[in-house]
Amino acid sequence: MASLKDLRNRIASVKSTQKITKAMQMVAAAKLRRAEEAAAAARPYADRMAAVLANIAGAVEGDGPPLMVGTGKDETHLLVVFTAERGLAGGFNASIVKLARQRQRQLEAEGKTVKFLAVGKKAWDMMRRDLSGKIVDRVDFRDVKQIGFTEADMLGERVMELFAKGEFDVCSIVYSEFQNVITQVPTAQQIIPADLSGAGEAEEKGAASVYEYEPEPAAILDALIPRNIKVQILHAMLENAASEQGARMSAMDNATRNAGDMIDKLSISYNRQRQAQITTELVEIISGAEAL
Amino acid sequence: MADSFQFELVSPEKLLMSETVTAVSVPGSEGFFTVMAKHAPVMTTIKPGIVLVTPESGAEQRIFVRGGFADVNENGLTLLAEHAEPADEVDMAALDQSIKDAEEDVADAEGVEAKAKAQHALDQLREARAGLAG
Repeated sequence: MASLKDLRNRIASVKSTQKITKAMQMVAAAKLRRAEEAAAAARPYADRMAAVLANIAGAVEGDGPPLMVGTGKDETHLLVVFTAERGLAGGFNASIVKLARQRQRQLEAEGKTVKFLAVGKKAWDMMRRDLSGKIVDRVDFRDVKQIGFTEADMLGERVMELFAKGEFDVCSIVYSEFQNVITQVPTAQQIIPADLSGAGEAEEKGAASVYEYEPEPAAILDALIPRNIKVQILHAMLENAASEQGARMSAMDNATRNAGDMIDKLSISYNRQRQAQITTELVEIISGAEAL
Repeated sequence: MADSFQFELVSPEKLLMSETVTAVSVPGSEGFFTVMAKHAPVMTTIKPGIVLVTPESGAEQRIFVRGGFADVNENGLTLLAEHAEPADEVDMAALDQSIKDAEEDVADAEGVEAKAKAQHALDQLREARAGLAG
């Protein structure tokens, strides 16, 4: 049995841990709000972009640019894995990497080659042990406070550069979609070749209003597709940022509660032991007095 | 007073402006054009330059954009700008830096086509710079 002093020390140490987790939770809550706002603010652009893209895809005759139609092959897949820069966010990073590995196994079982692009320090940390040969590049945003279009732009350029070099045929992004504080869903989404599943309805719309295109639709599409890729990357990064804070908030909430439970338990055994000690002392005094 | 229409300016990060306006001048990549109410549907790319917004009431606003898309449809005009800010708050140093980058791109470009493209981008930036300074 631990002595009274040991117990006191443990209680003090758990208390200070609780203070830290509590503070982290509150910081995450504040950051979450900002991240959510940023994600919401980026939505109009993404929506409009999707509308414009769908519209124009209906107007283009023949094949679009390679970024849209792909290389015609389906051999090499690039998975861009987005994680956080920091840990202590529950299963946040692990679940994203897990999904990426799942995809990798699935694709490799089909006989395809898989390459990775690690975004965020944790992705690299978690994958380098067994997958370092497959990671073509890594990017981290350690010094970036607020993720913005500049980062998405940089990353998009890098991905497209790899594509131009023929490093891969299909590119997907793996990130965590923010639903609410408790639920973040790891998601994989294909960005190259562009997934224009919404293009069908647009064709009808395109026919309804006679558009003039300036320059040619194909030329606009050439400029539009890279930008759309960047927008999707930005979307992934913003969702990820919100998810990270959400995950951290609930992880830290749990930790704070655990620490509270622990303090309760420790206090009970501390009090018991103190009582036992007092009783022993009393018994000693009384029996001493009786012996006289 | 002329008819008005809905004008929206969105950057990737947020919706910058959503207003009822009477006219907007847009630096299209094939030349400047002014959109007024009931303009025919047009879609075009835009080059770096100044967008002149005439709101229904109040003073004209000059907004500097760095490329993007303009989409005119029956609901109004939507500008998808890569980067937008009020013309008098433009960071000239940053703009000069991108002109310098563009110059390097021209120097580095391989092949006639790439060179022409880079040169074109540089010319657009220079033109925008001149427009801002003047």
